[in-house]
Amino acid sequence: MSNISTFIYSVKQGVKNIYRNRMFSLASVGTIAACLFMFGIFYFILSNFQFMVQNVESNVGITVFFDEGITDAEISSLQTQIEARSEVAQITYTSAEQAWASFCEEMFEGDEDLAKSFGEDNPLADSSSFEINLTDVSKQDAFVSYLRGLDGVRQVNSSDGAAKTLSNINVLIGYISATIIIILLAVAIFLISTTITMGIAVRKDEITIMRLVGATDFFIRSPFIVEGVLIGLIGAVIPLAILYFIYNSVINYISDRFRVLSDLLTFLDVNIVFQTLIPVSLLIGMGIGFIGSFVTVRKHLRV
Amino acid sequence: MFDEQPIITLENVSKTYSAGSEALQDVSFSIQKGEFVFIVGSSGSGKSTLIKLLLKEIEPTSGMIKINGEDLTKMKRKQVPKYRRKLGVVFQDFRLLKDRNVFENVAFAQRIVGKSNYTIRRQVPAMLSLMGLSEKLLSLPKQLSGGEQQRVALARALVNKPPVLLADEPTGNLDPKNSWEIMSLLDKINKTGTTVVVVTHNHEIVNAMQKRVITMKNGVLVSDEQKGGYNYVKH
Ligand SMILES: Nc1ncnc2c1ncn2[C@@H]1O[C@H](COP(=O)(O)OP(=O)(O)OP(=O)(O)O)[C@@H](O)[C@H]1O
Ligand SMILES: [Mg+2]
Repeated sequence: MSNISTFIYSVKQGVKNIYRNRMFSLASVGTIAACLFMFGIFYFILSNFQFMVQNVESNVGITVFFDEGITDAEISSLQTQIEARSEVAQITYTSAEQAWASFCEEMFEGDEDLAKSFGEDNPLADSSSFEINLTDVSKQDAFVSYLRGLDGVRQVNSSDGAAKTLSNINVLIGYISATIIIILLAVAIFLISTTITMGIAVRKDEITIMRLVGATDFFIRSPFIVEGVLIGLIGAVIPLAILYFIYNSVINYISDRFRVLSDLLTFLDVNIVFQTLIPVSLLIGMGIGFIGSFVTVRKHLRV
Repeated sequence: MFDEQPIITLENVSKTYSAGSEALQDVSFSIQKGEFVFIVGSSGSGKSTLIKLLLKEIEPTSGMIKINGEDLTKMKRKQVPKYRRKLGVVFQDFRLLKDRNVFENVAFAQRIVGKSNYTIRRQVPAMLSLMGLSEKLLSLPKQLSGGEQQRVALARALVNKPPVLLADEPTGNLDPKNSWEIMSLLDKINKTGTTVVVVTHNHEIVNAMQKRVITMKNGVLVSDEQKGGYNYVKH
């Protein structure tokens, strides 16, 4: 019974504190909101990038060409050898004939005569190959040198293009966003701390009286902790609501604008993104609210 | 009555503030349960220091203070709030919350100890009517006279039924009529069994009430008389 009324009292006083101290409360809410808004945006970018990289990774492979005059038996022994490696997700063999056929299809589409002018001569003789997909692009360099060292391998083509670039961009965005978010978090904690300090100053007489009538530290402190956590909570809910409403329109806009890249631009569903973003944002918001107020209250409110 | 263990005991208590001024020197006395005691003495003689020591707002430099058999100097910080709930306190400046009405000012003391709203709604108006303030429940402190404000403070001090009431110059800001009203309330409270310790400069009242009087001078206890008068001037 008594704990419930103490809890209700703390919440009421906490809300009152926020209202009385509304300029600073607003500044704190604003900073946290800005911080978590940025966090949300970066999270969108990162999670979608990761998603795209994964897509691309599974598409991009390594092509291995063989020494001239290699026998089918040698090729299949190579295949077993490569298949045994843990980095390999998939390996497919393309014979010279298949390669020519698919080349013709792509280049001379509807222009069969031109293709026929090459006659029975396969210009792509000796171009039978393996297509290898890796489980992890970051291991590509090492794996390529391994392949080059194999007997019977003439040439290894790896497209260290898209996937790697995307990976690198992802890491870079990660670092930049982490830095900005940490700075904003520090500012937010500082502002909350200032807000709570102001609140304590305003209620100095009240706190003195509370102490004299025998209020516990917990009773004196909890309204300020509630204040901090509420500021954090409001600061988290606002950007989440905004982000939720803009996410779909933004991805639709991007897909529209960059239709050329539609293969590459595959976006995560809004619900999947928010499954993680909502709890993480709430936790960060309330967490910094709690830390900011807890530290301040411990510093200023000793019996 | 006096062969019981005293409710308040001071043994050789000295207090030196950091500035180096000796506010109390080797003060010893004890107060029995149910007593009414005046503490008098000129300005700066250490009266408020005594009250602060009893409230455990400050620590003695040396000596021992016991309340209800418990050594205050050995009390853990965590136990202080619980301890203070056994003391009611009023001050010269009332110390009411300016932004809350009379009811809330008194209810406050009960909220702190975690009383339910149900209890608060019953006990607070009862205590206020005992103080003659039933009409003023919704008034703000600034809408009250000094005497009324002090009665609100008294209601707050007493609403949790503490065994001891400490008053530091409760009539210091009041006219004679209101001073008498407060003092007779304190007397009534004492008659119900509460131990009352009152610091005052009011000669007339001290002389008229014929209670025990402890006289302080420059931090030293100079006299302690049953049915005493306001006589520190003589020393
Ligand atoms: N916080 C403090 N720091 C330093 N000296 C103090 C402090 N509080 C009180 N003193 C000194 O201790 C002495 C006793 O002060 P105290 O307040 O107990 O006097 P008092 O008897 O209550 O006086 P008054 O009747 O004017 O209220 C005084 O000399 C005062 O200047
Ligand atoms: Mg004093």
